[in-house]
Amino acid sequence: MTIKEIFDLLKNRFENIKIYIEKFEVGEEYIVVSPDVLKQILQEIRNNPRLHFDYLMCISSVDDANGEIKKDENGNKIIKGGTLSLYYHLYSTTRNHKIAIKTSVDRENPAVPTAIDLWKSADWHEREAFDMMGIKFEGHPNLKRILMPYDWNAGFPLRKDFITPEYYNDLKIPY
Amino acid sequence: MMNEAYNLEYKSLKKEGDSEIMILNMGPQHPSTHGVLRLELKVNGEIIEEVIPHIGYLHRCFEKHAEACNYQQVIPYVDRMDYLSSMYNDFGYAIAVEKLLGIEIPERVEYIRIIMGEFQRIASHLVAIGTFGLDVGSFTPFLYCFRDREKILTLFEKTCGARLLYNYIWPGGVSHDLYPEFKNDALNFLKEFKRNLKDLEILLVENKIFIERTAGIGVLSENIAINYAASGPMIRGSGIPYDIRKIEPYGIYDRFEFNIPVGEGIMGKKGDCWDRFYVRYLEILESIKIIEQALDSLPDGNVFEKLPKKIKPKKGIVYSRVESPRGELGFFIISDGSDKPFRIKVRAPSFVNLSILPEIAKGCFIADLVAILGSIDIVLGEVDR
Repeated sequence: MTIKEIFDLLKNRFENIKIYIEKFEVGEEYIVVSPDVLKQILQEIRNNPRLHFDYLMCISSVDDANGEIKKDENGNKIIKGGTLSLYYHLYSTTRNHKIAIKTSVDRENPAVPTAIDLWKSADWHEREAFDMMGIKFEGHPNLKRILMPYDWNAGFPLRKDFITPEYYNDLKIPY
Repeated sequence: MMNEAYNLEYKSLKKEGDSEIMILNMGPQHPSTHGVLRLELKVNGEIIEEVIPHIGYLHRCFEKHAEACNYQQVIPYVDRMDYLSSMYNDFGYAIAVEKLLGIEIPERVEYIRIIMGEFQRIASHLVAIGTFGLDVGSFTPFLYCFRDREKILTLFEKTCGARLLYNYIWPGGVSHDLYPEFKNDALNFLKEFKRNLKDLEILLVENKIFIERTAGIGVLSENIAINYAASGPMIRGSGIPYDIRKIEPYGIYDRFEFNIPVGEGIMGKKGDCWDRFYVRYLEILESIKIIEQALDSLPDGNVFEKLPKKIKPKKGIVYSRVESPRGELGFFIISDGSDKPFRIKVRAPSFVNLSILPEIAKGCFIADLVAILGSIDIVLGEVDR
């Protein structure tokens, strides 16, 4: 199925939900959903036999950096407001089609439901998104840092306004 | 009565005695963890109750770094992710950027990329097989594998000047053309290598001790493999013909004839360590086939013609995936219209494959855990990025 057909199918299935297809000048199309219906949509595309997306390729977290950009007293960039985004890339091993789903969450309090009960591979991807971008996955059984040290408390490295700390555990970071 | 009394005594001993669950730390400097990986094992005697992998010792935050570089400057960093298959990382990244740019590349470059990629797959699988043998206690095949791998590295070195980290495949082309005698050298190597593979087969594939150590161990069933999004030899070992070169051909893979070997459970159960190993071994043979076909029809032409000086894609997102020696290597790139990528996320095959370890290592012996880890074939540079 093409993304248009999948979109129509979802549109018919959930009439009251606002979803749309987005595409920029180049690259691929994806379906945008809001985080409060994300779980419903994911469940549908996982369990609907016509879609049957059983293979979660990747979850990517992105800092959209679309908020208000300010400078603090030290001249460091800080971003207030705006959104963080998640892209779910899915593939169906039986139907041989793929899709991308995007959802955007509020930057100040980012939280989405976990997908770990649908795809086990979401486990480490979600932990990575939490570690790097600070997005909380509600219902994740073991949501803690994965790549950074467990006692890291200087923020989330892949956010666009991340400031590299001078010291970590009283050791000077030399670069 | 006696028995009951015994049982009671045993139970009471268990209560007041030490807990039977012991926590054992394996790594980060354990030789069989293939790098800096720490495994926290909860063991009941010799039996593993739970495995918790702790990763991140090699974390360089490549993704953050890439945001500060322009598109060409990212390539050397991509090399250093999976340092055993640098050529294929370049290949995957180049394809992703070309999708964003929407450019066609010269015919000769397509062929060179396939040849280099498949040579890299052979080299990478030789390391995987060699170190896997080493993990379960057979030392000689390791030397045989490295001897042959070294010859491939020499081919690479003669072509692009580097043994391990090539910076060779660029968006739009390759950095150097093949040297004039490349075709001859490559064919000579393949001829010799095919002979050497016979030795490897006798030494390792048909080795009784090796089979005993690996067959029936670490069985990964089909459903779990798909649910955990395993890829590469890991999922094919479980009998699923999931190979991106076939299901979603990139480059010019659709022009060559090759098979996808899958695990059949010849020695033990389907999806065990031996199957994963054997799939790798068969893939080497398939790669040889592809290289021979590609060398046969290698066209002449200019390799620099389409190489863009300054890369400035339009706004957009792209997720492109290739079949690296370890599995599905995905590059997710967001471009905001400038000459630097807004965001690069790498879907590293080893990262996802390693997350299956707690599932399949449950209930096995500690010694078998080493075999399972060896059969997953992780590269920590890619797990941590």
